[in-house]
Amino acid sequence: MAKQSAKTLTGEIVSHAIREAFVKLDPRILIRNPVMFVVEIGFLITCILSLDPTIFGGYHHPGQRTYDLLVAVILLITILFGNFAEAVAEGRGKAQADSLRKAKTDLTAQRRKSSGEYEVVPATTLRKGDIVRVIAGDMIPADGEVLEGLGSVDESAITGESAPVIRGAGGDFSSVTGGTKLLSDELMIQVKVDPGESFLDQMIRLVEGASRQKTPNELALSVLLAGLTLIFGIVVDTLEPMATYVHGSIGIATLIALLVCLIPTTIGALLSAIGIAGMDRVIRFNVIAKSGKAVEAAGDINTLILDKTGTITIGNRLASEFIPVGGHTEKELIESAVISSLFDETPEGRSVVDLARERGVSFAREAYTDAENIEFSADTRMSGLNLADGTIYRKGAVDAIRRYVEEHGESVPSDLAQKTEGIAKEGGTPLAVLRGTEVYGLIYLKDIVKPGMRERFEKLRRMGIKTVMCTGDNPLTAATIAKEAGVDDFIAEAKPEDKMRLIKAEQEQGKLVAMSGDGTNDAPALAQADVGLAMNSGTMAAKEAGNMVDLDSDPTKLIEVVSIGKQLLITRGAITTFSIANDVAKYFAIIPAIFVKMIPSLQALNVMRLTSPQSAILSALIFNAIIIPMLIPLAMKGVQYRPMSATSLLLRNLLLYGVGGVIAPFIGIKLIDLLITALGFAHV
Amino acid sequence: MRFTVAGSIGILAIIAIILGLGIPFGGYLYRVFTGGHSRFEAVFAPFERLLYRLVGVNPSVQMDWKAYLRALMLVNFMMMIFAYLIFRLQGILPFNPDHIPGMSWDLAFNTAASFITNTNWQNYAGEQSMSYLGQMLAITYLQFTSAATGFVAAIAFLRGLVAHKSESLGNFWVDLIKVHTRVLLPLAVVFAVVLVGLGVPQTLLGAQIAHTLQGSTQTISRGPVASLEAIKQLGTNGGGFFNANSAHPFEDPTALTSVLEMIAMGLIPTALLATFGKFIANRRQAVVLYVLLTALLIIGAFIVYANEVGGNPLVHQALGLSGPNMEGKEWRFGPALSSAFVAMTTAFTTGAVNTMHDSLMPLSQLVPLLFMMFNLIFGGKGVGLLNILMFLLITVFLSGLMVGRTPEIFGKKIEAREMKLATVAMLVHPFLILVPTAIAVVTKAGTSSMLNPGLHGFTEVLYAFTSAAANNGSAFAGLNGNTVFYNLSLGIVMLLGRYVSIIAMFAIAGSLAKKAIIPQTSGTLRTDTFAFGSVFVAVFVIVGALTFFPALAIGPIGEQLQMMSHIVGH
Repeated sequence: MAKQSAKTLTGEIVSHAIREAFVKLDPRILIRNPVMFVVEIGFLITCILSLDPTIFGGYHHPGQRTYDLLVAVILLITILFGNFAEAVAEGRGKAQADSLRKAKTDLTAQRRKSSGEYEVVPATTLRKGDIVRVIAGDMIPADGEVLEGLGSVDESAITGESAPVIRGAGGDFSSVTGGTKLLSDELMIQVKVDPGESFLDQMIRLVEGASRQKTPNELALSVLLAGLTLIFGIVVDTLEPMATYVHGSIGIATLIALLVCLIPTTIGALLSAIGIAGMDRVIRFNVIAKSGKAVEAAGDINTLILDKTGTITIGNRLASEFIPVGGHTEKELIESAVISSLFDETPEGRSVVDLARERGVSFAREAYTDAENIEFSADTRMSGLNLADGTIYRKGAVDAIRRYVEEHGESVPSDLAQKTEGIAKEGGTPLAVLRGTEVYGLIYLKDIVKPGMRERFEKLRRMGIKTVMCTGDNPLTAATIAKEAGVDDFIAEAKPEDKMRLIKAEQEQGKLVAMSGDGTNDAPALAQADVGLAMNSGTMAAKEAGNMVDLDSDPTKLIEVVSIGKQLLITRGAITTFSIANDVAKYFAIIPAIFVKMIPSLQALNVMRLTSPQSAILSALIFNAIIIPMLIPLAMKGVQYRPMSATSLLLRNLLLYGVGGVIAPFIGIKLIDLLITALGFAHV
Repeated sequence: MRFTVAGSIGILAIIAIILGLGIPFGGYLYRVFTGGHSRFEAVFAPFERLLYRLVGVNPSVQMDWKAYLRALMLVNFMMMIFAYLIFRLQGILPFNPDHIPGMSWDLAFNTAASFITNTNWQNYAGEQSMSYLGQMLAITYLQFTSAATGFVAAIAFLRGLVAHKSESLGNFWVDLIKVHTRVLLPLAVVFAVVLVGLGVPQTLLGAQIAHTLQGSTQTISRGPVASLEAIKQLGTNGGGFFNANSAHPFEDPTALTSVLEMIAMGLIPTALLATFGKFIANRRQAVVLYVLLTALLIIGAFIVYANEVGGNPLVHQALGLSGPNMEGKEWRFGPALSSAFVAMTTAFTTGAVNTMHDSLMPLSQLVPLLFMMFNLIFGGKGVGLLNILMFLLITVFLSGLMVGRTPEIFGKKIEAREMKLATVAMLVHPFLILVPTAIAVVTKAGTSSMLNPGLHGFTEVLYAFTSAAANNGSAFAGLNGNTVFYNLSLGIVMLLGRYVSIIAMFAIAGSLAKKAIIPQTSGTLRTDTFAFGSVFVAVFVIVGALTFFPALAIGPIGEQLQMMSHIVGH
C-alpha cells in the first residue's frame, strides 16, 4: 500500500487539510499546542479591538481600527497555516489508512462451533480463541495462527508485495494476517486477537495519527518552547510600563504583534507535522513503527545486533574453491564434484556446478539420465550419483565420507585432515568428494556476504553505531565472516539467550540497542531491545514483541530506520533554531518602531530602514506567518542527513538554519515592507 | 590620557594572573571534594573530626538531592534569621563603640537577604549603620557561609553529573565544613594579613576623631576592615565595610591592593571550571570554556576601558575639555584599573566597586549590566558554574537535536524533566529583573528614589534589580535603596534569584545522578570543541539579548544614541 500512494500531495489531501485547518481552530484542540494557543488568544483580543479600539482603555486615533484588524487577520492566518501543516501531514496518513480499511470491510468467517460444524459469521464478531476455516479464494478474516494445513497467501494488501507467501501450521511461518487472501488449499486458523486490536487496526490507527502520543523528546522540546513563550510573555508584559516611564504607550495590538513575533511560532506550528511526517517516512519504507518513540529511539541507537544468516550473508553457502587431496589433480576433483552434484537442486549443489563451469568443466545431465540420484539425508550426510556402470560419486560431510571409506576397508589420503582443518580455520565449510572409495578432494563452501553490506556497515560506523553479528557458527567461521562483512563484533555459537544477554549488557552500559528477528525464540530479545524490528514473515509472537514491523521482511532496513530517526530529530532542531534566530531581525524591526515616538534617537536601530512603525510591525508579523507554509515542505521531507562527525554536522546545520535564520528575515521583512508601502498600507 | 599600552597590558596581566592561579587551584579543590589528602592533612583532619563530633554529624552518611538540599536550605534559613536578629538588636549588643542603633525591620530584612544570598547589596552605609558586632558576626560570617553554600551546591551538582545510576550527591555537612577549613579560612587569613600589611586597618577601636589644621574636627571611621575585606573578595561577596566600598582608601588603599582584590575575587570562580573539568575527566571541556569566557571578559573590560578613556563627547563639545571620563573614579586607580574592576566585579558577581558605575559612559554601563544578565562569565562562587551548566544543558538540547540524537550532556540523556527544570532556572532570571523594574518605574514608590530623571534613571532601577537577581550586589548608586519598597522588593528578588535556581539545579542533579552514563561514540555530539563552545556562547548571548534588548534599548543604548544625536545636533 505504501508504494502506490507515495505521491506527496494530492488535491484531495490539500482540500481536506484546508477544511481541517479551520476545524482545528477550536480552542479545545489548539490548547494542546501552547505556542499556537497564545496566538489564538492574541487573535481574539485584536478581533475585539478592531470592533472597539478603546475597549481596554487607551486612546483612539484614526486608522487604529484598520491596523488592529490587519493584525487580527494576520494572526488568524498564522494559526491557519500551522493547522494546515498538521492537517496535511495527517492527511497523507489518512490516505494510506483508507486503502488499508478497504481490505478490512465486509469480511465473513466460517467459525467452528463446539459441535464441530461451521457457521458463517461477520468477521467483526470473532473473538480470541475462535477457530475458523478458510478455503482457497477466501479472505482471512482475522489475525491468527495456522493450526492445520499449508497454503499460499496473497499479502499484497498489507505489504504491497504481489508474490504470494507460504503459510502453514507449526514453525516460524504460521501467522496469518486478517485482510489477506488465501490463494490455494485450506487452512484452519485460530484467531489471536479481539476485534479492533488486529494488526490492520493498529496500522490504521498509527498511520492516521489517532494513537499518536508526544514522544519524550517532543515533550522536552515543548517544555523549552513553552518556557521561551513565557520569557517573551514577560518581556512584552513589562514593555508597556517601561514605555509609560518614557511617557508613551505602545498599544495592545502592537504588543500582541510583538509577542507573536517573538514566541517560537514557526516550530510551534510545525512540531506535530514533523512528528507525523517522520512516522510517515518510516511507513513509506514499508516499515510500521508502533510508536513515534520507537522511531526517535532509532536515531539514538548505539548497537545494532544482526543475525548472520539471511541478513549479512545471503543465507546459503556456496562453493568457492576446489582443493584436491592425495595426488589427484584439480581437474579430476572438479569432474567428480560436478557428477556428484549434477542432480542436486540445493543451492550448494548448484553452486558446485556453476563454479565448475567457470573453471571450464561441464557435463550434460542427459548423459546421466540412467544414473541413480542419491538425495542428501540426515543419516548419511552425503549425496551423489550411482552411475549405471556401478561407479559411485558422493559428496558430503568430511567425517561421513571418511567413515564410509574406512567401512570399505580403505583409508583416506593423509593430507585430507590437514586441508579440512585449513578450510574450517578460514571459516569455510569443507565437503569431501568421493569416487568409488577414493577421496578426490574437498569443495570449499563459503558463506557469501550480501553485496554492499561492507559499505553499509562502514556507514553505520560513521554514524557512531556498533554492529554485532549473531551466528550459530563456530568462532572460527564467525570471525571470518565478521571480518569479511566488516562488522565490529560477533557472537559465535549464539543461542537465543545469548542475544538477550548481549542486549542487557549493552543496555546496562547505557547504550540503546536495535535488533531484528522473526522467530518465536527471538521474541523476548525483540521486546528487550530499544528498537526491535520484527519481520512480517515471522511469527505472531515476534511481531507482537517488536516495536516495528518490516513488511518487506528485510532485516537490513534497520539502517534506513536509523537514518529516518536522526532526520526527524535534526528537522526538529533545525526549525527550532531557525525560529529563534529569526527573532533577532524582528527585534530590529519592532523595537525602534515601538519606541521611536518616545525616544527619537532609537531610529538609529531601524537598520532595515522600514517605512513606518506600522509597516515595520506588520511586515515582521507577515513574515512570521508566511514562513510557516514555506517551511512545510522541509518539515515533511525532513532535513537531509548524511553520516559525518557530529561536530561537522552541527556546524553545517547551524550555518544553514542558525546563521540563515538570522539573515533571512532581514531580507524577508524588508521586501514585505516595500510591498506594504507600495500598497499604501504603511501609514494606516 | 588615552588608551594606553600600559593600561591594556595591566588589564590582560591581571586576567592572566587570575587564570594562572585559579586553574591549578581548581585541581586542589577537586582533591578536597573527592576525598583526596592534603599536604596539611594532619592539621585539617583532626580539626574537622572535632567539628563533626561537636555538631553531631556522621561524615560517612551519603545524601540524595532532597536530603542535601533540605540541609542546605535549613542552614541558610537559620543563618538568615540569626543575621536579621543581630541587625535589629545591634544597638543593645556589645562591640558597638560608635553606639549605632538597631536597623529598621525592612532594612534588616534586606540586609539579611542580601548577605545570605551572597549578593551583598547594601542599602545601609556600613560606617553609620552597622556595629562592629554586626560587621563581624553577621556580615563577615555570612560572607563565609553564603560563599560556601554556593560552592557546595556546585560541587554537589558535579557529583550528580558524573554519578552512574546513583542517588548520592555527597554529605552537605562535610562539604560545608571542608569548604571552610580547607579553602576559605586559610585563604582569608593569609589575604587579610597581606591587606593589613598594605595599609588596611584591623581594629576594634571606635572611630577616630581628628583635628584638622583648620581647627575643625573630622570623624575617621575604622574597624575590623581587613578581615572583612579578605572574604569580601575571596567569597565573591562584595559588601564593603564602608559605604564607598573599595573606592574607600581603608578598603582599597593602593593600586596594588586593587589588583590583589581583583585576583582574589577571580580565584575561586575560575578555579571551579578546572574542578569541573577534573570531575568530568575532560580537560578540553574546561579549556574551551576558559578560552571563550576569558575572551568575553577581556572584550567587556576593554569596551569599558575604551569608552572611559574616550571621555564624554558632550563635555568635550561644551567645555572644550578632552581626556578620560574621570567622574566617579579614584585617581589612585585610573581608568584602566577602574575599567578592569567594573568588568570583573560583575563577571565574577562580586559586586565590590572601586569606581561609581552610575558615572560610567552609557556603553560602559552596558557591560556590567550584560555580565549580570548573563550571570555566567565565570559567575559567582559555585552559582556561576551552575548557570554555565544550565545553559550548557539548553545548548546541548538544541544542538543535540541538530546532529540527530536525543540530546545528552556528558553521557546523560536530557529529557522533559531536566528541560522543565532548566527552563525554570532560565526563566526566573529575566522574570526577576524585568517585572520588578517595570513595577518600579511606574509607581511613585519606585520613581521617587531615583536620583536622575529620564533614561539614566531607568538604568539605575534596571541595574538595581539586575544586580539583585544576579546576586551580584554591585550598586549603580544614584538610587536611594533604603525605602520600604526597595528594601522589600530587592530582598525578595535576591532570595528568589538565589534559591529558585539552586533548587531547580539540585533537582536536575538528582535526576541526572540516577541515569546511566552512555558511552561516547562518533555519533555523540562532543561538547569539548570550540564549535560547540561557540554555539554555547551564541545561545546565551542570543537568549540574553532577546530577553533584555527592549529594556536595554530604553536604558543605556537609548542614552548612548541620545548622547550621539546631541553631538550631531550641535
